[in-house]
Amino acid sequence: MRGRGFVFEVVRVALDAIRSNKLRSVLTMLGIVIGIAAVITMVALGQGAQQAVQQQIASLGTDVLTVRPGSGWFRRGGGDRARLTMEDVEIVRRGATAVEGISPEMDQSFQVEYGRANGNFRVVGTSANYTDVNNREVDIGRFFDMQENQGRRRVAVLGSAVPEALGVAPLELVGREISIRNISFTVAGVMEEQGSSAGPFSSDEQIFVPVRTAQYRLMGTDEIESFNATVASASSMDMATMQIEEALRRAHRLRPGESNTFWIQNRADILGTFQQTSQTFTYLLAGIAAVSLLVGGIGIMNIMLVSVSERTREIGLRKALGARRRDILVQFLVEALVLCLAGGALGIGLGAGASRAFAEFAGWNTLVSPEAVTLAVAFSAAVGIFFGLWPARRASLLDPIEALRYE
Amino acid sequence: MTTTAGQKSSAGATASIEERAREVPIVTRGLRKDYEMGAETVRALRGVDVEIEENEYVAVMGPSGSGKSTLMNLIGCLDTPTSGEYWLDGQAVQDLEEDELAEIRNREIGFVFQTFNLLPRASALHNVELPLVYAGVDREERRERAAEALEQVELGDRMDHAPNQLSGGQRQRVAIARALVNRPAILLADEPTGNLDSKTAAEIMSVFDDLHASGQTIIMVTHEHPIAAHAARIITLRDGNIESDDATVAADPVAEMVDS
Repeated sequence: MRGRGFVFEVVRVALDAIRSNKLRSVLTMLGIVIGIAAVITMVALGQGAQQAVQQQIASLGTDVLTVRPGSGWFRRGGGDRARLTMEDVEIVRRGATAVEGISPEMDQSFQVEYGRANGNFRVVGTSANYTDVNNREVDIGRFFDMQENQGRRRVAVLGSAVPEALGVAPLELVGREISIRNISFTVAGVMEEQGSSAGPFSSDEQIFVPVRTAQYRLMGTDEIESFNATVASASSMDMATMQIEEALRRAHRLRPGESNTFWIQNRADILGTFQQTSQTFTYLLAGIAAVSLLVGGIGIMNIMLVSVSERTREIGLRKALGARRRDILVQFLVEALVLCLAGGALGIGLGAGASRAFAEFAGWNTLVSPEAVTLAVAFSAAVGIFFGLWPARRASLLDPIEALRYE
Repeated sequence: MTTTAGQKSSAGATASIEERAREVPIVTRGLRKDYEMGAETVRALRGVDVEIEENEYVAVMGPSGSGKSTLMNLIGCLDTPTSGEYWLDGQAVQDLEEDELAEIRNREIGFVFQTFNLLPRASALHNVELPLVYAGVDREERRERAAEALEQVELGDRMDHAPNQLSGGQRQRVAIARALVNRPAILLADEPTGNLDSKTAAEIMSVFDDLHASGQTIIMVTHEHPIAAHAARIITLRDGNIESDDATVAADPVAEMVDS
């Protein structure tokens, strides 16, 4: 290769060429600017969503095990034995020493009325330690306590979105009576908002009542939907999982080799699943955005071909003065590269701005990561080289005599 | 006299061409060039034998279509012959790869064109630097040598001017500086005064005369006899063959001085 003097010359010529056709260069760059901005924004949205889900799940606590009947989200098979009951909860409470707290949930939808307002809500029967196990807080008033549960008292704690759905201010509801399935309940408190981005974990529209109240006054069954169990430390997760499995298998009289009629899930697994999902989503968005970058790249190729034919005489002259094929090739590649990298830099700025705007005005969580920026730079360089190569090769193969004669 | 060597070229042909090429910078034997023009083959050169010695001042003349441009392109290593041999400074040009030809053009040949062929957006200095860029010379030295070459053609005060800020004569002098900056063995000028008025043409020709006087080998294509008269030897081509190859009266610089 030529020395540093040659590199300097090549970059200088590329900048000169771009400067001498400012409007054209800017228009060409625009394709890359938009493409890179789209990629940056889409990745920022995707990674932001990923981060939000991650934080939400982390805030729920990862040292929690959830036990459900059946063998998966959608497979409830296993007949009569594939049920979880309050009895199972008791067995686990006694048998699994690594489990610290345990909180069952049984739920059903009921008509709820307050004055003239009414609505359909999911009513969850749970234990008094629900807030501790699930890492939740009460905003106004209080949660029900163990005595109220034991006494099957008619108390209810509302999810943060319930008062609004009933058209009443939260403060006004606390201490008042609401009716659930025509049974009167006293509102003890309103939960803190969990947030809309909590997705399937959002309980803002649920109403919590003591599980024994639910069992005997509302639902008439001891079958539960699931129970959550906290463990003392993350290191005893496996131990707790084993103990729960053992206790439940014995309670359900499962023979060795028979598959479980329940399903133990830990939050780290869920986290992994969601991370994977949102990552796939990010790739998809970025892929779509990359198509616009491709279009921008074709624009670069087009303008480089124009540039080559406009400068045919110059190429001829440079060859006459001793430029080798490779020198001409490098010169035009660098020109395409400079166009793409400049466009890429502007695109990163624009994309970061758009991501900020999304965060600011739409309230979406966005994240412009250094990886995304690096990727964008690498991508625009790759576009420059890929789409610049053919025009540059054409230039390098020109016959010097014909090029010099070109009008 | 250098001219006798040129005239005796047919006699030299009996010696091995390698031996001859060791003594004479430019030797061609049976140089042919055919072009395909559609279905037709144009025979631009039909076997040209030329020898040009160091420090010769040669004009190539001939009507258009005589093959003089083709000969210049071959001598300038811009093209390779269909058959025949061309030895430049002891190297067989017909055997070289394209990149090697580029290197020879860079080191051995300085081109001066009728239309100057300067880069319009680059300063005079930058234009003159170009051959040094491809010679791999670093920036400092490039600048120094380009400035030196511009001073040699008396444009030391116009280095930062763009071509459109210079007169035709000045542009051609920039082009001459560019041709000389890499100290080439041969200066190849293709109708160097074709785009200039007669006063400016005379000015440019005196630059060539001075260069020749200082030892530069010059080959020049022209169709104007007064311009060709500056050379010491005139090769006339017709239909791809050498029609005549003669010394001129003005060959003697002293005689020329007496003339003017």
